Amino acid sequence: MFTSTMQWEAVIGLEIHVQLSTKTKIFSGASTAFGAEANTQACAIDLGLPGTLPVVNDEAINMAIKFGLGIDAEINKVNVFERKNYFYPDLPKGYQTTQLEKPIVGAGHVDIMLDDKSTHRVRIHHAHLEEDAGKSLHEDFAGMSGIDLNRAGTPLIEIVTEPDMRNARQAVAFARKLHSIVTTLGICDGDMSQGSMRFDVNVSVRPQGQEELGTRTETKNLNSFKFMERAINKEIERQIELIEDGGTVIQETRLYNGDTDVARSMRSKEEANDYRYFPCPDLLPVVIEDSRLEKLRAEMPEMPEARKARFINELGLSDYDADVLSGELATADYFEAAAKAGGDAKLAANWVMGELAKTLNQNDLDISSCPVSAEVLGGLMARIKDNTISGKIAKQVFEALWKGEGANADEVIQAKGLKQVTDTGAIEAIIDDVLAANPKQVEQYQAADEAKRGKMVGFFVGQTMKASKGKANPGMVNQLLKKKLG
Amino acid sequence: MAIDRSTVESVAHLARLSISEDEVRQTTEQITSIMGLIDEMQAVDTHGVEPLAHPLDAVQRLRADEVTETNQRENLQANAPAAEEGLFLVPRVIE
Repeated sequence: MFTSTMQWEAVIGLEIHVQLSTKTKIFSGASTAFGAEANTQACAIDLGLPGTLPVVNDEAINMAIKFGLGIDAEINKVNVFERKNYFYPDLPKGYQTTQLEKPIVGAGHVDIMLDDKSTHRVRIHHAHLEEDAGKSLHEDFAGMSGIDLNRAGTPLIEIVTEPDMRNARQAVAFARKLHSIVTTLGICDGDMSQGSMRFDVNVSVRPQGQEELGTRTETKNLNSFKFMERAINKEIERQIELIEDGGTVIQETRLYNGDTDVARSMRSKEEANDYRYFPCPDLLPVVIEDSRLEKLRAEMPEMPEARKARFINELGLSDYDADVLSGELATADYFEAAAKAGGDAKLAANWVMGELAKTLNQNDLDISSCPVSAEVLGGLMARIKDNTISGKIAKQVFEALWKGEGANADEVIQAKGLKQVTDTGAIEAIIDDVLAANPKQVEQYQAADEAKRGKMVGFFVGQTMKASKGKANPGMVNQLLKKKLG
Repeated sequence: MAIDRSTVESVAHLARLSISEDEVRQTTEQITSIMGLIDEMQAVDTHGVEPLAHPLDAVQRLRADEVTETNQRENLQANAPAAEEGLFLVPRVIE
């Protein structure tokens, strides 16, 4: 850690590559299925062989439009593919087919919730369609590199934000929101570990209050939210230290290794940046008819912002709870299913954000692979609501369900005999035993004035609950104790 | 606009083309003369004219998102100078 005497402000913008979940490539009928043997899904078009002609995938156009509609953006009804020329072995054509002057998606915006619970708008500059490159494998093939072109030609949208974020947490909040938008739209599987979403972060710093932007660097290909947050914080610190030590930031591309937490310079941008773009002569302008737009607009699912509003207005959740629960598609779906099955949205919110989140975290699992289904959790909540079990016993039942000891809450409650005791006579009998075993405390209680008794009764409640192995109804225990103690 | 030899050399480098001293001289002359033609076109008043993305007055046709290609790895790699374990081999890329 270092300490800075000056107040600095970071300015962050993102470029995000989102792999579209089409069945085939953007310009060819080769499959995009993940995990195939090397080069078995790379056809002559993907390889850029002479005499081939690309034809644009209809579904890739639809998905890009859906993204545009999802961020309230203008859709450019005439959009044009261009060639970005550069030389690299994983790009056999010698150019990437992309969009520059006329991208399919124009300016839009995404709203995020900040730590202080205020809303912050991140503007999207534009989003364009392009093809992915292949993969270079730098393993040792007797001094050669191996190239797998299965990924070449996979459709991507590249989303470019305005520099509207001021710290790593905002950038991560934005990235999570974007993840939720593309998965809700069903245009991307969102699997970051497989590279389905890749983030490039542009970072610069400037003295607080200064209008002019500092020189920025670009850190490429961050594929987890955790790495992204760390890489940004590290880069902000590096730039501030550098400037305070009298140095200057140079515009460059950097690589961050999440496993070692080390970032290094990859190449400085000045020399390489001549891509000689020109409109691709093999492809005509793509024209989007109004009828297509209207059809897609009608098919739009409920977006995360709308879902959040519904959680607040219809289900009565707090702003914060609604934001967290709508923040990821799988979580939102799980929560809603559990709330429906259990008949109580607030209780479901507490469980999903509390016990369930904690247990998932401890086991390093995603909610999509949670061993307790939303319906089963709903069933458990229903038993809390109808007083079959207390909230405390419910955690025990949940643990058993997690371990697979029973198909549903009722089975576990039955098998373990956890049903709450609500029989007055039975509870009274336990209380009598407790009082008989603790005559001193009873004496003290009866000698105390009213103000102190409230606290003192807790001891007896605790003893009674313990004696009932947690199964006595706590409300009834309280009531009966007060009556008996006088 | 005149094109100098260093521009030709740098464009050749970007395209990974190796050109001889003679070719550099020749290409510089040729491109300079092409630039002369472009200068003439630049002089035309194009105010209010939409930039043209394609000379054909037509619209891109789209294809349905269905797999139509089959695995042709063996055929395609028969043309490659080197392949191993299903991968195309290229001179090592160091980054």
